[in-house]
Amino acid sequence: MILSIKYFGLLAEVTGRSEEKIEFSGKSISDLKTILFQKYEVLKNKDFQIAQDNELTANEAMVTATEIVLLPPFAGG
Amino acid sequence: MNRYSRHIILPEIGQEGQDRLSKSKVLVVGAGGLGCPVLQYLAAGGIGKIGIIDFDTVSESNLQRQILFGASTLGINKAIAAKAKLEDLNNTILIKAYPEKLTHKNALAIFEDYDIIVDGTDNFSTRYLVNDASIITNKPLVYAGIYKFEGQVSVFNYKKGPSYRCLFPKQPENGSIPNCTEIGVLGILPGIIGTLQANEVIKLILEIGEVLSGKVLYYNSLNHQINLTKVNRCEKEIQKVMDTKTVFEALDEEINCERPIRIISIKDAMNKKNIQWIDVRDTNVNPKINHSEVLQIPLKDLKQNLNKIELGKEQILFCQAGIKSKKAASILQNHKIHSSFSLKNGACEVMEYFNNKNYDR
Repeated sequence: MILSIKYFGLLAEVTGRSEEKIEFSGKSISDLKTILFQKYEVLKNKDFQIAQDNELTANEAMVTATEIVLLPPFAGG
Repeated sequence: MNRYSRHIILPEIGQEGQDRLSKSKVLVVGAGGLGCPVLQYLAAGGIGKIGIIDFDTVSESNLQRQILFGASTLGINKAIAAKAKLEDLNNTILIKAYPEKLTHKNALAIFEDYDIIVDGTDNFSTRYLVNDASIITNKPLVYAGIYKFEGQVSVFNYKKGPSYRCLFPKQPENGSIPNCTEIGVLGILPGIIGTLQANEVIKLILEIGEVLSGKVLYYNSLNHQINLTKVNRCEKEIQKVMDTKTVFEALDEEINCERPIRIISIKDAMNKKNIQWIDVRDTNVNPKINHSEVLQIPLKDLKQNLNKIELGKEQILFCQAGIKSKKAASILQNHKIHSSFSLKNGACEVMEYFNNKNYDR
């Protein structure tokens, strides 16, 4: 399926995009991460959480939605 | 005319709501980019007691966004300067300044005196401290974090809702994500995000609308993208914090004993005896150094390989250009290993050294 991935904060900078669509044939969020890490090695060292369909999700969860967000913590205040 | 008449004529607030505000006590941690707008609206709105904790002093580069300060307060402690400004704005409320650093030692006692905590901190160690102390003292926490043109807001520990650790369980290393001092920030951004925080404080007190609990709001000021992400409470994370309750005040040691990273040049490293060379680069990076005296532990795997650190020796950590090795030294320090140096030079120089060494033999 085609996933729409959004990158926030520092993640948009290191990947060079704030949003993109990718073809995904894997199953879990963990599979998705593997694909993203292959595409953007720099993501491996970054802290972030993944949300699908606007809900925080775990590595083991199955990808069931097409709207994915990569959410990093923000340090500033 | 009553100072609060525009509040009072709102049926959603009324005199009763305004009385609630005047009976409330709110602590704002950090009087910086976020803290200033939060404080300004809370004081104007008639919150009965406002606490401000900040150890820092006002500098000129703060004035672009920290709107409570000006030329007359340069060099003055932010909590004290903010208090003076806010007392002019509203002299009918109580404002208490804590011109000190929030620590594990003082956090619980200070938090106990307030009903709601507002997070305006600018680094992860204080942010996690604020979160943990809020969990232990059972106070709702109005959180925000900012990055350049973007911000996040949420309300944690509210009516059995999630905490910051349920959103981000793992505390990032300080420095892994740059703050405003390091990369800059649009001056208006903390104004927008801080105002959202103040709004949540007022809603919490008045019990009106929908409190931003159980979800984190993300806002991008460049394209007005807004995103709400649902976050569930994670009992395991909360319990971990509750387990530290009895020793909480003693946890300070670890934060306070941060020592500066020791940097060493290849020349000085060469003259040292009894050392362990550690290459913290990823294994696929060139030049590869295959030498019996060089241990390979990529930075990302360092925490899982602390047992390979020979504690009787000093470690020379190196990478391609001396940046990852600094992070590695900091990780070791966080694990109470203070015998390491970060090499100023890179792998090329190390390779040269070992090539020459072999040749000498």
